[in-house]
Amino acid sequence: MAWNKKFLRVNLSTGSCKTEALNMEWAQEYLGQRGLATKYFVEEVDPKVDPLSPDNKLIMTTGPLTGTVASTGGRYSVVTKGALTGAIACSNSGGYFGAELKFAGWDMIIFEGKAAKPVYLSIEDDKVELRDAAHLWGKTVFQTEEIIKKSHQDPQMRICSIGRAGESGVKFACIVNDLHRAAGRSGVGTVMGAKNLKAVAVRGTKGSGGAIKDPKAFMAATKAAKKVLADNAVTGQGLPTYGTQVLMNVINEMGALPTRNHRDVQFEDARKISGEAMHEKRPTDGKSHLVTNAACFGCTIACGRISRIDETHFSVVNKPEYWGASGGLEYEAAWALGSANGVGDLEALQYANVLCNEDGFDPISFGATVAAAMELYDLGILTKEQIGLEAPFGSAQALITLAEMTAKGEGFGKELGLGSARLCAKYGRPELSMGVKSQEFPAYDSRGIQGMGLAYATSNRGACHLRGYTVASEVLGIPVKTDPLVTEGKADLVKAFQDATSVFDSAGVCVFTTFAWTLADLQPQLDAACEGNWTMEKLALLGERVWNMERVFNNAAGFTAKDDDLPPRLKNEPAKTGPAKGLVNGVDKMRPEYYKVRGWSPEGVPTKETLDRLGL
Amino acid sequence: MKVTFKLFATLQDYLPPEGRKTNALSLDLAEAPTVDQLITRFSLPEKLVHLVLIDGNFVPPAERAGRILRDGETLAIWPPVAGG
Repeated sequence: MAWNKKFLRVNLSTGSCKTEALNMEWAQEYLGQRGLATKYFVEEVDPKVDPLSPDNKLIMTTGPLTGTVASTGGRYSVVTKGALTGAIACSNSGGYFGAELKFAGWDMIIFEGKAAKPVYLSIEDDKVELRDAAHLWGKTVFQTEEIIKKSHQDPQMRICSIGRAGESGVKFACIVNDLHRAAGRSGVGTVMGAKNLKAVAVRGTKGSGGAIKDPKAFMAATKAAKKVLADNAVTGQGLPTYGTQVLMNVINEMGALPTRNHRDVQFEDARKISGEAMHEKRPTDGKSHLVTNAACFGCTIACGRISRIDETHFSVVNKPEYWGASGGLEYEAAWALGSANGVGDLEALQYANVLCNEDGFDPISFGATVAAAMELYDLGILTKEQIGLEAPFGSAQALITLAEMTAKGEGFGKELGLGSARLCAKYGRPELSMGVKSQEFPAYDSRGIQGMGLAYATSNRGACHLRGYTVASEVLGIPVKTDPLVTEGKADLVKAFQDATSVFDSAGVCVFTTFAWTLADLQPQLDAACEGNWTMEKLALLGERVWNMERVFNNAAGFTAKDDDLPPRLKNEPAKTGPAKGLVNGVDKMRPEYYKVRGWSPEGVPTKETLDRLGL
Repeated sequence: MKVTFKLFATLQDYLPPEGRKTNALSLDLAEAPTVDQLITRFSLPEKLVHLVLIDGNFVPPAERAGRILRDGETLAIWPPVAGG
């Protein structure tokens, strides 16, 4: 169904769980998921709030297409003030949890306050209760899901939870659902842990379809849109066959693969950790690393990877619990755990990735923080004694040991759990943190893909590829090819991607559909599903409105134009090899153009005219 | 002249066995080929030739017939792929 028109408000301090009607006037302006939940958040939360205080709120939210037959309609998001960034956070996840929440009759859950002791929220349709989670505290995500399902005697419950990373305050902790999917970035799991909320378990039996505005038109629109995905070579063949990790060789050839904490832009072992390598038979057991691809709820793309670690690999010898098939590797994790640290050992990367899923921490921020630590070690600022072992670039042993330490909150893992910005500042070298707004970069070096530098710098949740993925245009030619090595035209390109992504993130579908879909493919699905007249113009305005709403919150939280910037390395140290050899990122040139295109002042503040035009 | 020829993803099946492990083949050629000539020589299906890079730089479809490879260059080709 589109909207259930009701949501849960859970006060963890008092233990109350109340039903509230969804504000349908707001739904017409902000649609759902990212847009609508952020509207609730900015209306209810002081921008200056400490992310870890009880006054911060955490919203789990679905979109109007979540739980429907629309392709990829299984998404849900977590909106809060990020523990890693101090900025607005919206982390999006697939799997099955979001659809189950809709089936239970809820559009979203607003958590406020802080529980006096660990609890989890149990939802079985209208039966909602906070339960004691003392027996779950200290357990991994994998253990938590199993224990809850057994205690409810219901293997079909869908669960999202934090692992030990979220409990111990790792700044980049995730909320993991369905074992392998995660609301991964900005430390949303850290906020959940600070609230003593271990998990949310949902079972919904109400199904979907009851509130679709025009069911017949909706079926026709979703069918047509699925055909677009199936007929498109990327979403119909490329992503299901090789997954996102196929980008490893592409980005490396283009000289935009950040390597060894962005010292280099090409990785000599990129092929060893690529999507192609995932398919190859291992000499040890004759099996390929990749077991199968996998799909989230309602998805007709199925880009997910399920892999099995070589049982003879040193990382898992005598650890049979890691010999089974598990989620990963995806491109971002493979890059952050691999190239970012100079580690070209596919098995080690998968083991570290499983640890990230198991104990709920973001592999991008973790891997990039290890990269920063390895550079500090290389410079002699951190020693073997401080870290607990030798940690040179390229050490798979260091990578997996540090992942174990971070998962358990032991030794140097506690320092890694600070994230790279706080770690590098602590050791007097803040410039070595490769990120924006304290959030680490993903897998594209902006010296080789100029538009991404602006997209990172201006992302409302800190450095991120999923807020404005100009890689699609600059590298892959979607929807049109642009030159990755120039800054001209990138302000408009970044804005267009940011606004369009805001719409998809508010609808309940996956942003990967945009490799084939445009807003023109999404619009008929929304218009058939949702009350109101959902025109292209309305959706375009909605995307811009959501972006500016987030910006206004961040400005009020204390962020300024100075925070829309890149680390000095990317502005002063030219790429050493590849097509971008000799280039730095031109963010200082692009930023003023971007502010102008956005209708913001030179200081990065939306003007009154812009806010009025957007109804903010 | 020598050029390096790389094929990735589903296109790697069009490389001889010795090239599949590395996705690359070193070619020692008497005459400098165009991009299109190498595509034809390896019988690459037109619809699978999507992203074409020479030394990492994009070669638009319209330029592939006339772009002659120079000694030491690397030609790399992918079918339609994406990630994130």
